[in-house]
Amino acid sequence: MKIHQISLFLENKPGHLNAICRTLAEAKINIVTLSLADTQQFGIVRLIVEEWQKAKEVLEKAGYVVNVREVVAAAVADKPGGMAEVLDIIGKAGVNIEYMYAFAFRHGSEAVLVFRFDNADRAIEALKASGRDVFDAVTLFNQTK
Amino acid sequence: MALYEYAHDLDTPVHPVSAPDYMPAEQLRALQLHRLQGLVRRVYDNVPLTRKRMDERGVRPEHIKTLKDIALLPFMMKTDLRDEYPFGLFASPMNDIVRFHCSSGTTGKPIVIGNTGNDILVWQNGCMRALAMCGVRSSDVMQVAYGYGLFTGGLGLHYGGEGLGCAVLPISGGNTDRQLMLMQDMGVTVIACTPSYFLHLIDEGMKKGIDFKKEMKLKHGVFGAEPWTEGMRDKIESLTGITAHDIYGLTEISGPGVANDCQYRRGLHVFEDHFYPEIVDPDTLEPLPDGERGELVFTTLTRTGTPMLRYRTRDLSRIHTGPCPCGRTIRAIERISARSDDMLIIRGVNVFPSQIEAGLMSVDSVLPHYHIIVGRDGDLDTLEIKVEVTQETFSDDIKTLERLRQRISQAVQRIINISAKITLAEPHTLPRSEGKIKRVTDLRKNV
Repeated sequence: MKIHQISLFLENKPGHLNAICRTLAEAKINIVTLSLADTQQFGIVRLIVEEWQKAKEVLEKAGYVVNVREVVAAAVADKPGGMAEVLDIIGKAGVNIEYMYAFAFRHGSEAVLVFRFDNADRAIEALKASGRDVFDAVTLFNQTK
Repeated sequence: MALYEYAHDLDTPVHPVSAPDYMPAEQLRALQLHRLQGLVRRVYDNVPLTRKRMDERGVRPEHIKTLKDIALLPFMMKTDLRDEYPFGLFASPMNDIVRFHCSSGTTGKPIVIGNTGNDILVWQNGCMRALAMCGVRSSDVMQVAYGYGLFTGGLGLHYGGEGLGCAVLPISGGNTDRQLMLMQDMGVTVIACTPSYFLHLIDEGMKKGIDFKKEMKLKHGVFGAEPWTEGMRDKIESLTGITAHDIYGLTEISGPGVANDCQYRRGLHVFEDHFYPEIVDPDTLEPLPDGERGELVFTTLTRTGTPMLRYRTRDLSRIHTGPCPCGRTIRAIERISARSDDMLIIRGVNVFPSQIEAGLMSVDSVLPHYHIIVGRDGDLDTLEIKVEVTQETFSDDIKTLERLRQRISQAVQRIINISAKITLAEPHTLPRSEGKIKRVTDLRKNV
């Protein structure tokens, strides 16, 4: 039930993010969602793409250091309290969220979020037990088409 | 130095070319004195600048009666070579000169060194003995990726390798793709280049997915021409599985092959039957006894083209005392980790780039791709160290990267005692070098 996220190191300088996106564009890889974590000095780009192996390969060829991590994509009700409800489930399961960001698309009336948990398996179990949708790669990328 | 002499010595543990390394001390001193006396006479008779300085001190060549009397003689410096540019310090007529080498100065004109045929043979002998000390033998395939030309690195190691009967690949510097391809295809066993260029080769090789330990036949690396640290040696060896050797030399004294480290790594043995080392106090210029640290000074006992009398190298070192387990009687100098010329004064503190490198290397999985930037903010000197992120050090988690920055900063501060701003840089973005690397940008000089 986990999906692959690739991340790259980025200096905070004009044009650097563009160069990454251009490399992917030339390889005809669509970025499903992207999140940028930054400090004053540097940033980390996190990307969800369908063909993550290919993306890793072209980016590495272009000289980037690429990290692959497993993350969880889960549905959250798009209404007041929706997020709190999910965080309750996670909190009760004793799982810590390292970071999270949202997908650009919706799943019916719900928003889809990307989570990086310290214990993904336990989080998935808890979310499913509470009836939340957790997506595998195939279902997730079908949503985007 | 004919090769047939060594035809049967393919895998001998002690190569016959190394014989002078083991000369008994008493005989070695006698030889050095004899050569010194001849050298002083030659320089006094042929080099007006030295004659003038000796006359001013009331010193005549016949006053050199023991090796200690070398202290009576005036020093030579890089500025002398610049002032007497191009031929003022030549002690042989142009008829006897067969080759020039130049070394770039920090300003304007280069310095020019003239070599006679014999000088080239002496130089080759030093390089052969250095390579033999590394364990290089005639069955080796040696890639010389030092620059060929006015710089002495390429031709020096080339002559050394050919002298031992190696198969030499004179590829010179640059064209990294071709270097890697030929290294792999030709089963190269010895690489000679600057340590920073070898790191660049490793880096590019890894990008292509080459496993140096499995896909290369490399056994030895002969690295020199720039100061490097034990930490970098450890990184190179653990990444590639080769044995990394430190070779020392400078154009003014001949080129590479003045000194080299043996397998015990207790400093670099100086081929002192040709290159006589002294350590002097850099301020008072008084000779210091063996074991004490100071500026390294060389006298080229056998050179005839542009011989150097007590040439101040600006390198800081000391002469080791006590015997080396390898059995060599020629003395060893401490690994050159600092050149006086490289010293930075930051907030009143003396800092050598090699100290910063030692700090960086003490942090796990940090690779030595770094650049030091010294600047000024108002009245305060600033120190920034850019370090490239690698596959091992990169994490998708900000906290981990910030912790890495902190660890580097603490490791550096522990050694140099001043705080530095650590900036993480994208991989392959810091300057690489195909010759001598420039690790420091001092913005204060432009103000």
